[in-house]
Amino acid sequence: MITILFDGVAYGMLLFVLAVGLAVTLGLMNFINLAHGAFAMAGGYLTVYLMQRAGVPFGVCLLLAFVLVGVLGALLEVTLYRPMYAKPPLDQVLFSIGLVFMAVAAVDYFLGTSQQNLQLPGWLSGRTVVGHGPLQLGMGHYRLFIIVLCGLLTLALQLILGRTRFGSRLRAAVDDPRVASGLGINVNVIFLLTFAAGSGLAGLGGALATEIVGIDPTFPLRYMVYFLIVVAVGGTASITGPLAAALLLGIADVAGKYFIPTLGAFIVYLLMILILLWRPEGLFVRKGGG
Amino acid sequence: MTVLVSDPARAELLRLSRWRVWEPLLWLIAFAAPWLLPGQALRISEIAIVALFAVSLDLILGYAGIVSLGHAAFFGFGAYAGALFAKLVMPEPVIGLVVAMALSGLLGFLLSFTILRGTDLTRLMVTLGASLLLLELANKLDWLTGGADGLQGVVIGPVLGHFAFDLRGRTAAWYSLAVLLLLFLLLRRLVHSPFGASLQAIRDNRLRAMAIGIPVRARLVLIYTVAAAVAGAAGALLAQTTGFASLDVLAFDRSADVLLMLVIGGVGWLYGGIVGALVFKILQDSLSTITPEYWMFWIGLILVLLVRVGRDRLLRPWTWWGK
Repeated sequence: MITILFDGVAYGMLLFVLAVGLAVTLGLMNFINLAHGAFAMAGGYLTVYLMQRAGVPFGVCLLLAFVLVGVLGALLEVTLYRPMYAKPPLDQVLFSIGLVFMAVAAVDYFLGTSQQNLQLPGWLSGRTVVGHGPLQLGMGHYRLFIIVLCGLLTLALQLILGRTRFGSRLRAAVDDPRVASGLGINVNVIFLLTFAAGSGLAGLGGALATEIVGIDPTFPLRYMVYFLIVVAVGGTASITGPLAAALLLGIADVAGKYFIPTLGAFIVYLLMILILLWRPEGLFVRKGGG
Repeated sequence: MTVLVSDPARAELLRLSRWRVWEPLLWLIAFAAPWLLPGQALRISEIAIVALFAVSLDLILGYAGIVSLGHAAFFGFGAYAGALFAKLVMPEPVIGLVVAMALSGLLGFLLSFTILRGTDLTRLMVTLGASLLLLELANKLDWLTGGADGLQGVVIGPVLGHFAFDLRGRTAAWYSLAVLLLLFLLLRRLVHSPFGASLQAIRDNRLRAMAIGIPVRARLVLIYTVAAAVAGAAGALLAQTTGFASLDVLAFDRSADVLLMLVIGGVGWLYGGIVGALVFKILQDSLSTITPEYWMFWIGLILVLLVRVGRDRLLRPWTWWGK
């Protein structure tokens, strides 16, 4: 019982790290980036190949997944994404679907269609069981690791956005790019850094997710909906909204698959539509401002 | 009763709805195509079907400005409705088509209430979610739909009791083309009516449309229902001409493809769907012969280039160079 909750929280945390970059691009730059999952896929493949081919330790792989995918995101931002910010949503949707399709086919071509799995290092495999009976909690070490790591990341993000100079500049640039640039804030650089960090987090999330969901070329399309749900339901005004939405989604998904396996993802989609009907702007909307 | 439409406005609407010289010509060529290219009859039928599907998306995207990522919901629903009707009730295709259209229209009416509120993002999510919901349902209800194996054993009777479907697909081609033409004529009348003009007003500025007294919600519900019915007709046609319905009629790729077709042909112009479907299918065939499994890459590249060039300039090559 509690084990399911625990797994759900771990899954939700993972979804949050995967999707938080999308929340940033969507909420901040108003850009509908359906290609976000492609960055996660890049992180996942990078980790698999670094670990299996080059024997790089897992921790270093995670760091590299973050950094390299972040750099990739920065490159794409400068070359492709920046001119798209001012375009209408339809163009953004078409553009990013095009990117996803290209990424899927390219990975398929170079790396093959088979699903890649990850061999975890010894200190992360294994499982601790606490308590007994209905209150028994079985914690996979890897899931515990994910919860701790993602929890720390969330705290760090919250601090960066809320307490640092960069955070306040970012918020200013989002609220009104014109006034912000009038005040001497270089909006382009702020957006570039934010986009890169968001892509990096997606890469990290992809690296972490490889062990749990496995990674194959269709990953960006399969998980696109989940990322979008997190952002659409959580709203884009803060990072606590997407966090809550991701946890809700993670728990609902794990519990749904456990208790009513025949319905599968059905519950998740239904829940999303109902929530969006009830509150079209997402569950957690900042009143005023924006 | 007073007539609200002033004379210049009426003249403008009539001017837009007038038939051009090339239009009957185009349809003549289309109907002659199964004769001229007998080996391609099945392909012609397929193009007519996706053209109808693209035209239905144009009604909500081009005329009402609703961005949908899940239009395949209605296409797939119509396909399953058509196939199941033929299998369980009667094999007559025309009645099956009408029934499938009615059912898809009903679904569109129900789902239209989900797209009235919120931002473009919310609408994207809700339309996408609805189509995925249907996909899950079709997958899970395997006693009815055949699940992942697809719905098999569908036998379709002759059209109107006379024209049996043949293996070469000429009946299928003419049947699809006839349905396309009929629905196209109806929709052409619809979008050039004051109703169509009010839709475009809603698309361009919803607030202002509301302010001048256009019942925005009712108009959107109606056009969404009509578009769903037409998409359902396209789906039913596919199921009837192939005698088969499988999960891929509901897949996300189908929604993305139809969006692409429409954008290639031009949004907010009924012929855009038809031209787009034709170009898309020709592109697909020619690119697939080079790299069969990496067709997705090329379609992605086309999308990215299309948006970067500016999709409104695609149909006007003389604007490609220069500012």
